[in-house]
Amino acid sequence: MHDAVAAHVHDGDVVALEGFTHLISFAAAHEIIRQKRRNLTLCRLTPDLVADQMIAAGCVSKLVFSWAGNPGVGSLHAFRRAVESSHQAPVTSHRSLELEEYSHFGMVGRFAAGAAGLPFWPLRNYADTDLPGVNSSIRTVTCPFTGDQLAAVPALTPDITIVHAQRADKHGNTQMWGVLGVQKEAAFAAERVVVVVEEVVDESVVRSDPNRTVIPGFIVDAVVHEPWGAHPSNAQGYYDRDNAFYSEWEAISRDAEALKRYLDEFVYGVADRSAYLKKVPALRERLTAKPAMSGEVNYGF
Amino acid sequence: MIAAAANELRDGDVVFVGIGLPSLACNLARATHAPNVVLIYESGTIDTRPSRIPLSIGDPALVTGAAMVAPMTDVFQMILQRGHIDVGFLGAAQIDRAGNINTTVIGPYDNPKVRLPGSGGAADIGAHAKRVLVVMTLDKRAFRERVDFVTTPGKRVRRVITDKCILDRDDEQDELVLSGLFPGVSTADVEAQVGWRLKHATGLREVPPPPAEMLRALRALRTA
Repeated sequence: MHDAVAAHVHDGDVVALEGFTHLISFAAAHEIIRQKRRNLTLCRLTPDLVADQMIAAGCVSKLVFSWAGNPGVGSLHAFRRAVESSHQAPVTSHRSLELEEYSHFGMVGRFAAGAAGLPFWPLRNYADTDLPGVNSSIRTVTCPFTGDQLAAVPALTPDITIVHAQRADKHGNTQMWGVLGVQKEAAFAAERVVVVVEEVVDESVVRSDPNRTVIPGFIVDAVVHEPWGAHPSNAQGYYDRDNAFYSEWEAISRDAEALKRYLDEFVYGVADRSAYLKKVPALRERLTAKPAMSGEVNYGF
Repeated sequence: MIAAAANELRDGDVVFVGIGLPSLACNLARATHAPNVVLIYESGTIDTRPSRIPLSIGDPALVTGAAMVAPMTDVFQMILQRGHIDVGFLGAAQIDRAGNINTTVIGPYDNPKVRLPGSGGAADIGAHAKRVLVVMTLDKRAFRERVDFVTTPGKRVRRVITDKCILDRDDEQDELVLSGLFPGVSTADVEAQVGWRLKHATGLREVPPPPAEMLRALRALRTA
């Protein structure tokens, strides 16, 4: 992971770190924090704890997003401190974090346009909302066939997309299942792609079930083997979401000092992911997934 | 409130479900009078049968045993925008007279007093679901003449279910009106918590308490 981040994530990059509550690469985020990357534009539909940690660590200067919260729990307090009026220094009135926000569909459309090599994506949306008024990138376009007025959002083409997945072969042919989010679109939209996986499997495993491949190896720049790399988010079939930690985050992030202590202990204070995992209490006992195997299909002809 | 929200669903409805109270209400409806309701979560899980109450919208329990798990491009384009959603269930931090919903900021956008999570899928659901239902606690700070920010337009909001009453959207007047009172709640109790001069629907009624079997099903869901 160290080498992949060192090679592919640079100061000032537009970084998509995707995963919709599922398969979020906390391992990559922690390595980006350890390597002290700065002025990143972080793109995520749902900047959750991973974004709160990166904002608190000073890595992020701009957030492109559609829902910023702690899913099922509440707020991201480092994010709120960076944005809310009561936390802004009155002398400089300098706002430390720039925001560019859409709805989920808007973000989905941005990644879809980037992935398809189109300049924008049309959607029927945003009439009578205040979102276009605060985001000049939400515009309108007239359909050349029907004359309909549609909303348009610009293509999002990250410098680098990092996704977590269940497994890949050494060529980067990447398979995932469960909630898929926009992982595929975010990968195809990017200049560079890093996949982080629970298991590196033999090519024959991938080729026995090609419909499960979401990202083909030829667009992947690096494959990182990082078991439990999505914790505290989940990896279907490998481990459950650490909902207890998501709940604890409320108190940690509410207190800037407690958040700093968390980063010192669990991010800066460990060399790598395996050292982090040793510090998480009863990880395997609490969270290892119970089996729910699928049936098999016949790919023969 | 949850039972009243569950009662809004008809058997066979295709429902776009938000997390929290809407999710609980939808699972209650499926366990009682609407066994064929199709629950779709924005994470892409379709016709889900979660074995526990999901904490998050992407809970792995929503995947296990679902009829389909679709990428989000499909959910928003082929299911929502294509017009397949009968009911969209939303929560709100603020709602106004016209039914507009705010989940973005309290105060001015550029210098907010409170920064809320933002739209998520709410603006999309508000643009495309045939009926939008809102579930939220009745509170003067939340029920405003005008919201601070329109995240989701009110036009498709049909009904707002609170812990004290039910408001319906009167499309001719372009505003929310009081249509139902829970047992023991007076119109004055409600009016004290609403930031505009609240009109009454012609058929204003008392909402009967939920039957015992529904309460039993709700308890069972909560302990699952």
